Amino acid sequence: MRYLMSGNEAIARGAYEAGVTVGTGYPGTPSTEILENLAKYRPKVYCEWSPNEKVAFEVAAGAAIAGARAIVTMKHVGLNVAADPLMTLSYIGVEGGFVACVADDPGMHSSQNEQDTRNYARFAKIPLFEPADSQEAKDFLKMAIQVSEQFKCPVILRTTTRVSHSRSLVLQEERTAEGKIGFVKNPPRFVPIPVWGRPMRQRVEDRLLRQKKLSESSPANRIEWRDRALGIITSSIAYHYAREVWPKASFLKLGFSFPFPDALIYEFASGVDSILVVEELDDFIEQHVRALGIRCQGRKVVPGIMELSVDRLQVARAKLEGRAEPLEKPVAFSDQIPPRPPVLCPGCPHRGVFYALGKHDVVVTGDIGCYSLGAFKPLDRMDTILCMGAGISMAHGMEIAGEPRKVVGVVGDSTFFHSGITGLLDISYNKGTSTIIVLDNRTTAMTGHQDHPGTGRTLMGDATVAISIEDIGRACGFKRVFAADPYSLKNAMKVISDELAADEPSLIVFSAPCPLRERRRVGAVRQIQTDVCKGCELCLGIGCPAIEGGGEMPKINEILCAGCGLCEQVCPAGAIVAGGRA
Amino acid sequence: MTENETQSVVLVGVGGQGILLASEILAQAAMQEGYDVKTNEVHGMAQRGGSVMAQIRYGTKVYSPLVPKNSAQILAALEQVEALRFADYLAPGGLAAVSAQAITPVTVSSGAARYPENVEEMLKVVFPRLVYFDAAQKAKEIGDIRSANIVLLGAVSRGLDLPPDAWQKAIALCVPDKFKDLNLKAFDVGRNFV
Repeated sequence: MRYLMSGNEAIARGAYEAGVTVGTGYPGTPSTEILENLAKYRPKVYCEWSPNEKVAFEVAAGAAIAGARAIVTMKHVGLNVAADPLMTLSYIGVEGGFVACVADDPGMHSSQNEQDTRNYARFAKIPLFEPADSQEAKDFLKMAIQVSEQFKCPVILRTTTRVSHSRSLVLQEERTAEGKIGFVKNPPRFVPIPVWGRPMRQRVEDRLLRQKKLSESSPANRIEWRDRALGIITSSIAYHYAREVWPKASFLKLGFSFPFPDALIYEFASGVDSILVVEELDDFIEQHVRALGIRCQGRKVVPGIMELSVDRLQVARAKLEGRAEPLEKPVAFSDQIPPRPPVLCPGCPHRGVFYALGKHDVVVTGDIGCYSLGAFKPLDRMDTILCMGAGISMAHGMEIAGEPRKVVGVVGDSTFFHSGITGLLDISYNKGTSTIIVLDNRTTAMTGHQDHPGTGRTLMGDATVAISIEDIGRACGFKRVFAADPYSLKNAMKVISDELAADEPSLIVFSAPCPLRERRRVGAVRQIQTDVCKGCELCLGIGCPAIEGGGEMPKINEILCAGCGLCEQVCPAGAIVAGGRA
Repeated sequence: MTENETQSVVLVGVGGQGILLASEILAQAAMQEGYDVKTNEVHGMAQRGGSVMAQIRYGTKVYSPLVPKNSAQILAALEQVEALRFADYLAPGGLAAVSAQAITPVTVSSGAARYPENVEEMLKVVFPRLVYFDAAQKAKEIGDIRSANIVLLGAVSRGLDLPPDAWQKAIALCVPDKFKDLNLKAFDVGRNFV
């Protein structure tokens, strides 16, 4: 029986079939659903959301060193956070199979950058698998566990948005036996102080040579001989695009792509007249093919910025063949189609805080989450985004640089636990005076509502301690710590004004559950009394998708309205009242 | 459908309209007929009230899960302006099934853009084969406005070669039991409208 599964579901299925008993991770599009699906196999598999990717990586590493088969999941930028344990786990290695499932986001559909995780495999000197569809996602995860156990080293399984989120057919198999649990003390193996670490360093290099032999014979790497005039070397989802654009060409499809299968690459190169490398993001394969002394085409015709597609490869093919590039016809009436960017949802508790911040001439250093949308007009109240937790530390940096305006650092609840706490310590330790705002919607919202240390619930669905952000703030040395209701604009304005004026650091936690997660309205649906409305359109300044403007007078869409009442609080005429269904 | 032909369908709308469920049902229906199937959808940032697209491809062997431009046999839209936005996915001669729903984007509310007034005329110019009807109204008539996505899917089914029982089985597989009858009815309403 074949099942239609997303790449992420298939990875979870593969982990289950491979006898994995521990799965950890931190949510991040497009990787999130791997762990959510793996958790469905409880009690055979234990899964947890860790506060961040570094912790998740270390938890899974501990499990694997104790003998369990383990996976850790994250998006590409998450591996930056977990890079520290990655680099040395490569040295000390594991006992049970350990696979880091890392999802890249070419095209930046839901990410702050494009980065190519394949570089990390070479950087950490560990094997890399790249599935191209859901069946491969499952099969390669199982191979990765095997390779990890064979060489006692971590392995990376790298997907992309289109591999993780496309669905295709998958054949399921039975679960195999689990690893034998029991840590065996062996300091020269697990303790990389220099005397033991230096031999480990050598073993990593020796291991790579043996892994190369394995990749050269792996079924994950295959040559498809067709017409010999053009040979295409490719991996991941790019394989499928290329197969449609060059149906007659020969292919070397890499699935176990690092260490590079040199013998296979030489064999392929000697069997075709010319070579084109088709890969998304960096020229990872192309550089190596050139280093082997093989002439090839690649980046000069295939773009390395933003994701590939059949359409973009048609252009590449025209370039390669010296033909005129197919022209992209503009969509008819394109100048009359209004843009529809993502927005904060109706009833979002973050909206009022951004609106209140808009009343002050301050710099707002931000963070990653739904509240990134506060950077858009009309709210327009986030000035920088770097990475999770950076809103806090950068606020301090601007202050010590002498920025004349007051700086406000903004962070979410999940990102506060992820990497906001060390920033707070830095501010209080180094005598900063920044105002830090936590936009606490009691969930990891943007990635689809995952739990975190503040929600009181685990990924396995069990009740647990709900850790207080305010208590952490006080423990970090903040004396001015306030909990505030984000739906009361008056109070939000007051607490923000007061704390901006304070000459010591403050932490304001605006807390209300995400209405999208709660699946219910905040309050009664609002309506605009047309006889009272003066048409000033101040209500449109809060950027709520439930308030429709563009006509003579704004009107509230009663299906969309979540009843938060923010519009009522900004209306100077008192025209907006609770009137609809609760 | 010939041996090597891939059928491609593009469903568009606004986050929250039920595009993903419609996509899942279509994929299941194609699976019922023994086809190779691939779908693609968006998550995360793209879902927060923005334009949403789901793509479904089926045939004897499907490679790319993404539908190339100018190749979809059907473009279906739960929001009328979204049909115009993604018009270039439709193959020449392909069928456009568009629900007459209008959802105002914040760019229009904020005055940065205008919602076009004569959308029906524009649709007629862009799509020579157009089915244009109010799926939400039809859904409301049978008892639940939220089944507009399935009403539209019923209209889409007219343009594909999958038999009625494949659709029925797919709906039963994809929706909870208590909503099965409502969705089957919604599907028929859309299918019979065309």
